[in-house]
Parts: sequence; structure tokens; C-alpha cells
Amino acid sequence: MQTAPITKPATSPARGVGKGLSQTLWLLLFLGIPLALYGLWVIYPTIRTFTLAFTNYDGLEAAKWIGWANFKELFQTEAFRLSLLHNLIWILVFITVPTSAGLALAMVLNQGVRFDRFLKIAFYLPLVLAPVVTAMVWGWIYHPQQGLLNTVLFEILRVVKAIGFNVDPESARSIGWLGDPNLALISVIAAAVWRQVGYVMVLYLAGLKTLDAEVLEAAKVDGAEGFNLFRYMIFPMLAPVTTVVVVISIVDSLRSFDLVNVMTNGGPFNTSEVLANYMVKASFHDYRQGFGAAIAVILFLITFVFSVIYLRQVMAQEEKTS
Amino acid sequence: MSATATAPTPTRPRKIRKGPNPWVLGIVWFFALLWLVPFVGAIITSFRTFDDLNSRGFWSIPQELTFNNFVRAWGQAGISKYLLNSFEITIPALLIAVLFSSMCAYGLVRFRFRLSIPIYLMFVAGLMLPFQVLLLPVFYLANKLHIYDTLWALIFFHSAFQLGFCTFVLRNFMKTVPFSLFESALIDGASEWTIFRRIALPLLLPGLAALATLEFTWIFNDYLWAIVLLQSDKLKPITTGLANLRGQYISDWPLMVAGSLIATVPTLIVFFALQRYFIDGLTVGATKG
Repeated sequence: MQTAPITKPATSPARGVGKGLSQTLWLLLFLGIPLALYGLWVIYPTIRTFTLAFTNYDGLEAAKWIGWANFKELFQTEAFRLSLLHNLIWILVFITVPTSAGLALAMVLNQGVRFDRFLKIAFYLPLVLAPVVTAMVWGWIYHPQQGLLNTVLFEILRVVKAIGFNVDPESARSIGWLGDPNLALISVIAAAVWRQVGYVMVLYLAGLKTLDAEVLEAAKVDGAEGFNLFRYMIFPMLAPVTTVVVVISIVDSLRSFDLVNVMTNGGPFNTSEVLANYMVKASFHDYRQGFGAAIAVILFLITFVFSVIYLRQVMAQEEKTS
Repeated sequence: MSATATAPTPTRPRKIRKGPNPWVLGIVWFFALLWLVPFVGAIITSFRTFDDLNSRGFWSIPQELTFNNFVRAWGQAGISKYLLNSFEITIPALLIAVLFSSMCAYGLVRFRFRLSIPIYLMFVAGLMLPFQVLLLPVFYLANKLHIYDTLWALIFFHSAFQLGFCTFVLRNFMKTVPFSLFESALIDGASEWTIFRRIALPLLLPGLAALATLEFTWIFNDYLWAIVLLQSDKLKPITTGLANLRGQYISDWPLMVAGSLIATVPTLIVFFALQRYFIDGLTVGATKG
């Protein structure tokens, strides 16, 4: 990585002789519009949500400041506690299953496998689908009577029965993947994982391509092979990608809305409810917008914890490279 | 990554190894085919008639194949209208986001100023924001600006929000460009804008292509913001349009699946068209010295 011979960017404002003014103008030209757009549509709304969370605004009447009441109510609401739990489960699944699967696939497919194009495309495709489309297709897969999953189970059970086991194939058709309180959440997450694996793979494949081939060749000449090459050379070199992957997985988990909204809308009995969907329901169906903003604040705070971990790493990298 | 490889060698050092263990490869093939099952199932369903599926089940051999589901979805169910709206939102939003973020990335990398890192970190932090934090104020803002229930609301919001991610990606991409390139151009008398246009942008191109692919699919596939910022049926993009159909044509799976497949075609085309950049491009730009 090329570096300028300056150690700390903060102490090196390159206000060269007579350059100051024109540089400021150029800066304004390059950064002005983007920052204005971003400030108006992203920064300001974020701050506004925080103030909204302390009011009882219902979208119509003037908002009244009610202090912490929304937050107190939240933690006494079962739907909220369940949503929180479900988001945590979602995160746990997302940072383990699709992440390791995506990395493994990228490692295998980066080795110049035959038909690698086809194999990559198979995992890319779900990523190209709109989550709404994913939700509709999986809604059909999970359909108890006509769905793909239960009809496959039915056929399997028929074979098992034919061999002589005492099972009732019809029982397969009574599994309500999205209707059963014990299955709804995990069924929705499964559809999300189907989508996420390809994304992680894309990121790792791109990362693998940027690895310095010469360094890897040198390591191979030195006798590094197979898993050791991966463990001690490739994986550490992929560290920036891994950070991005983990952060994206967590953020995506907390953002999970489309699948839940279309497939179950949180049901049955909030057993698949997540914070994002709960927030939209509270704000636009119950018109409790202050309360909805409070849910958003909680979502923000959870994300913030991970943001800080990540931002610290980004800053450490910055100090190293610039 | 550094400018050691001077010539843009077309044959990237592809690892000529024994290749993976056949068992590993077998597992990969198994999962690849498993991953395709929903697509194949959806395609088969979309070409069958409702009655045939209903009475004989999915695993029966189709009595007849029909294109009628696509025709009904396109016309009667309004997919053509929704699709057009999606394009009218996605293309401007994408262009705005990509243009301004490349300018922003250039500004952040090219100039050394006190706020460079804080601004960069702001974008990094912003790209992790849960959308729900923005939802209500953006909804109010769209109302206040009188663009609620117009496509502009979505165009502005998407371009502004995606700026964060695009700048983040492009800025890091730009950092891999040897700084001396800019310096020498400056010595040659080029203005900052010329350097940006003639040197930085071409170097960013592979990154831009990859980014555009992702951003196109993200914006095109957005559902949440279309729910919140639009009301009229005639303005709905494909995602909320499809979700609407679900209420209207309950359990008419062939129709809905056909509609879903049509909805996927544009993103598929973009993806396949730009895949070349995606697979081969990411390293090339940085080594062209």
C-alpha cells in the first residue's frame, strides 16, 4: 500500500503556500452537494428520531414531551421483548452460518474449479432477487398443502414407509412452517440465509482477487499449503473483508424487514416479530409515532455498539495507512 | 495492489493447483443445485395452469404448459406499470449516488484536510444505520417538501442514503491508487477536475461497475421506502406492487410466481451484463500504472 510520508492526517493540513483558498474551493466543489444531500436525508432524520422518541406524537395532533415513558412502556411490552430476542437470534445465525459458508465457497471457487461460473451464479442468484420476491417464492415453498418443502417431505416419508417404518406420510402436510409458533422465525431466517450466503461469497471472492499473488506464491515456495496457507496467510490477509462481512451481517440482521413483513408480518402471536417490523407497525398502523421512534432508537443503540467496535478498527487502519 | 505490475496483464495469475478435493467439490455442487431449487420450482410453477397445480399437485407431470400467467401478470395485474415506475426511480437515484460519491471519494482522498477522516467515519457509521431510525423523519420531510407520494421522494432518499455506502467503497478503492499519479498530473498543469475526470474516474471504473450492479439491485428491490413514501397505486414500484398482488390473488401461485419472475428480469440482466467487471475487474484498475 502506497503511503504518503505523513504519519498523522490531523496534523497535516496541506495548506501549502498560496494553495489554501483554491483548495477550499475545490473541496467545496467535490464535497458540497454530497454532504448537503446526506445531511438533509440521513443525518438530520437520525437526530430528529431521537427527539421524537420522547414525545407521544401520533401523526396528527401536536406532539407532547413525555420523557422516558415510551421506553418504560417498551420494556414492559412482550412484543418488544420478543422482537429483541428474535433479532439477537437472527444476528447469531447470520454471523455464523452464511459467513462461514460464503468464505468456504469463495475459497473453493477461487481455485479455478470447472464450471465455476455456473456454481457462482447459483449462489449469486438469490442475491439478485428482491427480498419481496424471495418472500413470495419461499411463502410458496412453505405452503403446508401445496408447498415444495412439504410435498418433498411427503414423498420421502412415503419411501420410508415403503421400507417398513411406521410413519404417516400425510403428517408432512400438516407442518405449517410459517404458521407454527415454534417454526415461523427459523423458517424466515432460513430464507434470509439462502439469500445471504451469495452476498458473503461475492465479498470474499472480490477480496481474494485483491490478495497479492506474489506474496502467496512466495508462501507456497516456502512450503505453505492447503489449510495452513489459508490459516496463516490467506485468512489474515482477508481480515478487512471479514470485518466488512461481519458488520454487514449484523446490520442486515437488524434491518431484516421485508421477509418478515411479507412472509409472516411478525405472526403468529409475535413469534417471528423483529424490531424493524414492529417499529413500522407501531408507527404506520397504530399511529403511535413517538413510540415507534423509541423502538428505532433502541435499534440504533444496538447497532451503535457494533458500529463503535467497527469504527475503532477502521480508525486503527487509517492511522496505519495514512 | 501497489504499482508493481506495470503492464495490465490480461492473464491474471490464476492459481494452477490441483484444485479442491472431490468431496469438497461434491458438497459445493450439492448446495449449488439446492440453491437453485426455488428458482426451478418457481419457473415450473409459472408455466402451469392454476387448475392443473391445484388438482394434481406440484410433482405431477404438467398436462399443459401455458404462457398465460405471464400475460395476466404483465397486463391485468399491472406488472408492466410497476416495472416502469421501478426504472424511473432506480436509474436517476443510481446515477446521482454514483456521481456524487465518486466526487466525494476523490475529495476525501485527494485533499488532506482536518475533516477528511471524520467525514469518512460519518459515512461508515451512516451505512450501518438501521433504516427505521430514518423512517419517520424522512416521511415528514417528504411531506414538508411536497414530494410525498411522488417518485422524487424515493429518488432523493435513495440517492442520498446510498451515497454513504458508495463513498465508503470508492474512497477505499481510491486509496489504492498511487498518490503520485495525481501529483504528477498536477505538475503537468491539470486542474483538480481534470484529474478527477481523466485519472481518478477511469481508475475507479471497475469499482464503479461493481458498485452500480449492487446499487441497482438494492434500489430496484427496495420495499420499505416504497411503502412509506408512496401511496398511489399508479406510482408503486414492482416490489410493493407485487406485495399488493398477494392480497388480491390469494393462493393464485402461478400468477404471483410469474409476476415475481418478471420482476427479477431487470436485475438479472444488469447483473449478467456487468458480471464481467465484477469477476475480473476489481484488481485490474489498481495495477494499471
